[in-house]
Amino acid sequence: MATSGDLPFDVESVRRDFPILDQRLLNDKPLVYLDTAATSQKPRIVIDKLVECCEKYNSNVHRGIHQLGDRMTTELENAREIVQRFIGAKDVDEIVFTSGTTMSLNIVAHGWGRKFLKPGDEILVNPMEHHANLVPWQLAAKATGAVLKYIPLTNDGRLDLSHLDELLTTRTKLVAVTAMSNVLGTINPIGELAQRAHAVGALICVDGAQSVPHSSTNVRALNIDFLAFSGHKLYGPTGIGVLWARKELLESMDPFLAGGHMIREVFEQSSTWADPPAKFEAGTCPFIEAVALGAAIEYVTKLGIDRIAKYEHQLSVYAHQRLNEVPGVRILGPSVEHKGAILSLVIDGLHAHDLSDLLDREGVAIRAGHHCTMPLHELLGLTSSARASLAFYNTRSEIDKLIEAIDSAKKVFQRRSGSRPGATR
Amino acid sequence: MSDELYDDHILDHFESPYHKGHLDCPTCSHSDKNPICGDQVTIELSIDENQRVRQAFFDGKGCAISQAAASILCESIEGKTLAELQEFQAKDMLDLLKVRLTASRQKCGLLGFKVLKTMLYSLEQPKAVEETA
Repeated sequence: MATSGDLPFDVESVRRDFPILDQRLLNDKPLVYLDTAATSQKPRIVIDKLVECCEKYNSNVHRGIHQLGDRMTTELENAREIVQRFIGAKDVDEIVFTSGTTMSLNIVAHGWGRKFLKPGDEILVNPMEHHANLVPWQLAAKATGAVLKYIPLTNDGRLDLSHLDELLTTRTKLVAVTAMSNVLGTINPIGELAQRAHAVGALICVDGAQSVPHSSTNVRALNIDFLAFSGHKLYGPTGIGVLWARKELLESMDPFLAGGHMIREVFEQSSTWADPPAKFEAGTCPFIEAVALGAAIEYVTKLGIDRIAKYEHQLSVYAHQRLNEVPGVRILGPSVEHKGAILSLVIDGLHAHDLSDLLDREGVAIRAGHHCTMPLHELLGLTSSARASLAFYNTRSEIDKLIEAIDSAKKVFQRRSGSRPGATR
Repeated sequence: MSDELYDDHILDHFESPYHKGHLDCPTCSHSDKNPICGDQVTIELSIDENQRVRQAFFDGKGCAISQAAASILCESIEGKTLAELQEFQAKDMLDLLKVRLTASRQKCGLLGFKVLKTMLYSLEQPKAVEETA
């Protein structure tokens, strides 16, 4: 496995940690995976951990008074501590394992939003939010009589904070914001937003699905209130995610899902709740996936999240340079210094679906669609875009392959323009 | 079946579509969109007294597959009776495209077909209210 330190980032060594990358697709084309923002690939160490759990000590957690149960519980709680250290949380009990970012945000929208929001209260969102950090707030607003307000975007796809004082007032109870846009790549000023939210007595709920896997996150340094992220975008398995919130918030919130493990006492007509995090972990949690997420975070930590961020930024700069040279290509979002390694594209005369299909034929995997951001695409006047998203296992030669594949995709459509034999239709 | 997705058949229909536009007085019309990618297709039919499609027009925007498929659909259904169209299945539509679509692209290729089928279904429904002019 690659080691950290001040050595140059050895991407070829890192790639060997990811079994899926070493394969050829149809027509013997090597896989060029540029869809990490949708889901990341998993290093061998994560896959091995999943298998180890299943083969050696699979057993339900917090229940079995036997050796397997003890081992599995120890592994799970160890994973919780790994998450705690990774995001700089004060207390391990602030780490709630969920099924993913969407579940984490729904827990906040229900457990906090529906309990504390009142008619006329305002929730401050913005058009670049993923549906997961928007629709739960629409429902919470509908249920409580609260209102959604929008921070506008600048022309280059950043939050326009020039009139924030008019939007962020004592009526504002929550700012819901992504730390990194999954389409534009925009990195939002979370620390500043937290400070300004707190100044009017509001809380801040941060969608870290894209930011946590690609840059250092410290919830205490940022002084935020809620953070949600997913395991499968962090080189871990699907079905596992994290909600972090300050302990007093978790204590004050209502539970969302009810059932086993989340209770203290159950009577015929009522129940009382377990302490966090159990209060928000009803049912059997995906403990194997949680343990493997711990392994993924250890892997990332060993590589060094700052080295990862630096390498990905260099690669992103290169990708922006190369794509900007291609005629007819427009990259959405701000300039590269304000972005994570996400490149959403629009190409003149070439629909995103056609582009991604043609790229797929060259082994290049990107995403096409609205990427769960319909209000953003509406604002941009688009129905869809094509997105290439990078990770530390991508290389410059893969960027070159992307460019070549875009060139040949354009030719499929271009070579015909104006040269079509007489229009009979 | 061609493995070359963007062959001449598809690209011809995409670039110079058959009956793209609108009828002056359509007998029926229906629109739908693929919420995943925003592709949209409207189909308008004029149907004669023998329940036969006299003319079929489409309009829309989206990827080459969805738009070419709508064009191919319009071309192929003119002259057919509504009874014949009831028999027209998704597989028949995919066969008309003459290219092999992956599962994810079949939604594009079948968007116009879905619009047609929904329209036919609503035509079959007895009118809830007697038309009184």
